[in-house]
Amino acid sequence: MFVHQLSVFIENKEGRLEQVLETLKEKNINIISLSLADSSDYGILRMIVSDPEGGKDALKENGFSAMLTPVVAVRLRHQVGQLQVLLSEICKAGINIEYTYALSTGTDDASIILKAADLEKAAGVLEKAGVEFISLEEL
Amino acid sequence: MIWNQTKECMSRDEMQSLQSKRLVKLVDRVYHNVEFYRRKMQELGVEPGDINGIEDIHKLPFTTKNDLRDTYPFGLFAVPQSQIVRIHASSGTTGKSTVVGYTRKDIDTWSECVARAFAQAGLNRDDIIQVAYGYGLFTGGLGAHYGAEHLGATVVPMSTGNTKKLTTMMKDFGATAIACTPSYLLHIAETLEAGGDVDKIQLKAAICGAEPWTEQMRKQIEEKLHINAFDIYGLSEIMGPGVACDCIYHKGLHVYEDHFLPEIIDPDTLQPLEEGETGELVFTTLTKEGIPLLRYRTRDLTSISYDKCECGRTLARISRFKGRSDDMLIIRGVNVFPSQVEAALLEIGETSPHYMMIVDRVNNLDTLEVQVEVEEKFFTDKISELENLTKKISHVIQQAIGLAVKVKLVEPKSIERSMGKAVRVIDKRKLV
Repeated sequence: MFVHQLSVFIENKEGRLEQVLETLKEKNINIISLSLADSSDYGILRMIVSDPEGGKDALKENGFSAMLTPVVAVRLRHQVGQLQVLLSEICKAGINIEYTYALSTGTDDASIILKAADLEKAAGVLEKAGVEFISLEEL
Repeated sequence: MIWNQTKECMSRDEMQSLQSKRLVKLVDRVYHNVEFYRRKMQELGVEPGDINGIEDIHKLPFTTKNDLRDTYPFGLFAVPQSQIVRIHASSGTTGKSTVVGYTRKDIDTWSECVARAFAQAGLNRDDIIQVAYGYGLFTGGLGAHYGAEHLGATVVPMSTGNTKKLTTMMKDFGATAIACTPSYLLHIAETLEAGGDVDKIQLKAAICGAEPWTEQMRKQIEEKLHINAFDIYGLSEIMGPGVACDCIYHKGLHVYEDHFLPEIIDPDTLQPLEEGETGELVFTTLTKEGIPLLRYRTRDLTSISYDKCECGRTLARISRFKGRSDDMLIIRGVNVFPSQVEAALLEIGETSPHYMMIVDRVNNLDTLEVQVEVEEKFFTDKISELENLTKKISHVIQQAIGLAVKVKLVEPKSIERSMGKAVRVIDKRKLV
C-alpha cells in the first residue's frame, strides 16, 4: 500500500540539486515524480524513484543526508473535484496532511503522492472510500 | 585638557618609582589577604620581601581568566565583603561568570581613570554625555557613567536598546558626546542619516570601546558624524573601561599606568618582550583593593611605547590591538568562546560537533551565524521539524553565550575538516 519516497537535504546553493540528480543518473535510477520544499537556507527534495534503496545508498555515499519515508500513491481520475472528495474523507477522520504533490504515471490521470501525520490511518480511510493505490512496480 | 597633570605627565623615573612603591605594597597585601596568591607565591618560592620594585615583577605568578572562574565567586577578593560596595561580572562564559568586586576607593580610582579618558577626548563639565553602553553587570554602562559624573559633565544614562529615543534626546538635549560600542555608534549614525538629522545634532566626540574596531571604522564614524572618535580600552578583571584611552593624536592608547602596570610578554614562552615588540598584554593592578590581580593575562596582543606623546602625556602607550592569543571573540560587546558554542551543541546531542561560526557586521551591528551540519541521525524530511530543530539549537546557544544567533543547517561534511587545529570561526568583520 505504501511507496517509499526518497528525501534528501539540499543546501540552498548553486549546483547542489544538479549533483543529486547526477548521482542518481550514474546509478541509472529513474525519477518518476519529485517535489522540492524550500526554506531560505535549505530545501528538501522529495522523490519517487525506480530504486529507492539504491538511490538512498548512492546519495549517502556522496555525502548527502538522505532517507526513505513511506507515503501513499493514489490514483485519481482527471476530473474536477476528485482531489477534494478524497481529501474530505481524510479531513472527516481528523487526519493532518503533511504534504502532497502530483505524480506522473504516463497515463491520463491526476494521481498524487500523499503524506499524512498518521499514514496508516489515512490509508485505511482511503481504502474504505474505495481509492486505488499505486505500487512502485506499476510505476 | 589633561585631567591629572601630575600623574599623566610624570617623568619615566618618577613613574617607575611610584609603580615600584605601589607594587611592593600590593604584593604584601595579596600575600597576606588572598590565599590563592600566597599559595602561588609559595610554590614559586617567592616572598613579599623578594619584591623591591617593578624590576622584580617577573618573579610574580601570572593570573588567568580561569583562575577567576576557579575561585568563583569571591575567592580572589582581598577585603572583607563589608568593604565591597559593588559587584560586576563578565558576560557569557561557560557556566560561571567571572566576578569582580570594588571598594569605595576602587570606584573612585575607576571614576578618576574614566574622567582622564573623557578629558583626553576634549570633554569637561560643560558637556552633555550620553552613556549608551549597557547598564548592569557589564562594566561599560556604570563605569562610563561614574567617570562622566566625576568629570562633572551632565550624564544621560541611555543604556542600550532604544535608538529612536537616543537620537531624539541627542537632538533635543544638544548632547555633545556619547560613550558606546563603535558598532552601535555606526548604527546610530545611520539612523541619524536616514532621518536627515546629522546636521541637527551637536555631538563633538565619541568614546568607544568594549569591542575591537579598526582605524578605518574610526574614520568612518568621524566622517559620518563630523566628530572626533576615541578608543577606550578596559576589561572587567582589571577595572572596566578606562584602563587606557587614545588622545586626539591617535597614536596609541595611553595606559593609566600609575594604577595598572602593563607588561608585554611572549604568550608562548611567557618571557617579557622589548618595547615595540608585539605580544600579550599583561596587567598588575597596582592600587586595586577589592580584587587586586598580579600579572593578569589579558590575551590581547599589542605592543607598548614609552615615548612622550605630542599631547604632552608621558604615559605608556599601547598600539591598536592586533588580535588575541586565545580564540575569544567579542560580539556586540559580549565575550564569546567557540568552546561555549561547541558545548551547547553537544548538549543537544542531536547535532554533529562540526560547526562554523560566521561573525559579520550587517548595518553596523555584529551578527553571529552558526552553521551546523545536518547529520543522518536527525535528518527528517519535514521542513517544520527541521525548523524546530533550528529554533532549539539557537535557543540553547543563546542560553550559553547570551547572544541571539542565527542557526543555519548545512549538508553533512560541507564544513571544512582541518588537518591541524580546527577552524571554527570566520570573522568577516576584519575586512572592514
